[in-house]
Amino acid sequence: MLRFLVRRILLGAVVMWVVATAVFILYFVAPHNVALLLAGRGATEQRIQEVAERLGLNQPILTQYGHYLSRLLHGNLGFSYVNNESVLTIIKQDIPITFSVAIGGVIFWLLIGVGAGILAATRPRSIADRLVTFFALVFYSAPTFVIGEMLLLLFFYRLHLLGFNFFPGGGYEPFTHSVGGWAQHLILPWLTLALIEAATYARLTRASMLDVLGDDYIRTARSKGLSERRVIFRHALRSAATPIVTQTGVDFGALLGGVVVTETIFGLPGLGQQIVQSITRQDLPVIIGIVLLASAFIVAANIIVDALYAVLDPRVRLS
Amino acid sequence: MSVGPEMSELVEEAIAPAGQTPRGIEGRSPWQLAWERLRHDKVAIASAVTIVLIVLMAICAPLVAKIVGHGPNTQYSFGTSDSGLPVGPSSKFLFGADELGRDVFVRVFYGARISLLAGVVASLLAVAAGVIIGLLAGYLGRIVDTVLSRFMDVVLSMPYLIFAIALVSVVGPSLSVSIAVIAFFSFAAVGRVVRGQVLSLSQREFVEAARSLGAGPIRIMFVDILPNVLAQVIVYATLLVPAAIVFEATLSFFGLGVTPPTATWGGMIAEAQNYYQVAWWMLVMPSVFLLLLTLAFNLLGDSVRDAFDPRYTRTTAK
Repeated sequence: MLRFLVRRILLGAVVMWVVATAVFILYFVAPHNVALLLAGRGATEQRIQEVAERLGLNQPILTQYGHYLSRLLHGNLGFSYVNNESVLTIIKQDIPITFSVAIGGVIFWLLIGVGAGILAATRPRSIADRLVTFFALVFYSAPTFVIGEMLLLLFFYRLHLLGFNFFPGGGYEPFTHSVGGWAQHLILPWLTLALIEAATYARLTRASMLDVLGDDYIRTARSKGLSERRVIFRHALRSAATPIVTQTGVDFGALLGGVVVTETIFGLPGLGQQIVQSITRQDLPVIIGIVLLASAFIVAANIIVDALYAVLDPRVRLS
Repeated sequence: MSVGPEMSELVEEAIAPAGQTPRGIEGRSPWQLAWERLRHDKVAIASAVTIVLIVLMAICAPLVAKIVGHGPNTQYSFGTSDSGLPVGPSSKFLFGADELGRDVFVRVFYGARISLLAGVVASLLAVAAGVIIGLLAGYLGRIVDTVLSRFMDVVLSMPYLIFAIALVSVVGPSLSVSIAVIAFFSFAAVGRVVRGQVLSLSQREFVEAARSLGAGPIRIMFVDILPNVLAQVIVYATLLVPAAIVFEATLSFFGLGVTPPTATWGGMIAEAQNYYQVAWWMLVMPSVFLLLLTLAFNLLGDSVRDAFDPRYTRTTAK
């Protein structure tokens, strides 16, 4: 287990280094002039030179790369080109919002997805099964932004026309401000994130449960006289959960993409909206900071998921 | 699976001596079996018909524009009301007009072109790259495998949408950039699956036989092993297309796909964002077609997978 963890963490470090380098190449070696862009329209040659000087953009590429890596290793993400704010501060400001969106989304997605999957698997070919299978496929096929816009159209706007103003059309209310307001502002974003992912999980859980329910040990458990609930939740679900856990690890990348889209649609000022804005402003330090953070998150999530694997299924030996 | 086409031909000859084919018993390759199953799968037929119809939409877009008499990018003054709001569906504009007074109906037809083009081309590129890299990694092993596998690991653990947005914003948006970005972030999943298959196939007797007959590694990889992974690759490719279509639409939604005024479904939905309260058609029309296309590809992909799976029969599913 320990050897496994060490190996995975080393691999994770390599991934981070490659990502950092890729971002560096993208922005510092790519043929576009950051200094020119930042100096503004109609800036004099001298002004452009000054900007380049200040940002260290006229040093040799390898020197810049060295500085860049050593700064990152010291946990220094630099300062925004646009307003000179520390990137760390910006991230700290935005992260509670992104975290709120993501965590609720994940909870909803697992509840809806796994719940619907179990429902469908325990009553195969019933109306419930068919409905779950159908809706899972529809949501699975839909892009995040289509679901988000549709939810806005139906739940915010149509209900608003009917004089029912429960769902806000966007914006964010801090958790510390009011828990109810927080949840109220986030319910549509959560659903947007959850519905798409839940579809994958409903399909996966259904297939995996159906597979497991045909196993001999389930028949044994039933013939011992255990209640159906116990058989399904304690015996079947545990081994059916393995592919679900793997998928969760794979989907963290998709989750982050979904968060970017969701924040944009619902006007939530989190990291997703920040990176979209930073990209239009070419604010490199902020972009780099968020990309690295996102990658680190995925790497860490994957390691945890792989370790969970062994805990969940004793047959898996990590080597 | 894994009985190659050559193998099944041998079986066929053994069962039926040359010249006299006994009726009723026929050797059929896995491909024929899959095709048989697919032909009788109503969902597969319906999905295929939907896809063909949308392909026809894409091809006939200029024709439709001519019949309706509205260009895809022409702004009509009667498309917006006196207060500047887009007018709804009517005999003039079947699907309504957008905020610039353009015909949504015609634009939906033109949008099909971009979605299909990006989806199919990006998937083909991703599959080709994935197959080649998977074959090399799985068959050559050792250092080649280590390097290629780690490379695929890295690509798979990147936050791809964020990366894609960043990449496009540097290089500048265009259709070919979108396709390249989508292909790059999709090939690794294919590569990983192919590598796994090749790894086990290359231990099999028929590969050893080929090698002892003096076949080189290229021949073994592409002539002997490739046909045996093809079924799985086809399944993967069908499921990759809808993912690529969604990816392209998402890039367009962020204004990082094909540059305006070219009509794309993602771009149209993005424009509708500020108008959905007064012009639902701007949002609903492109969304419905986008959903229809991805749904059809996903259903078809599922059916293709079932058709190739010898254990699976739809009627007796547990």
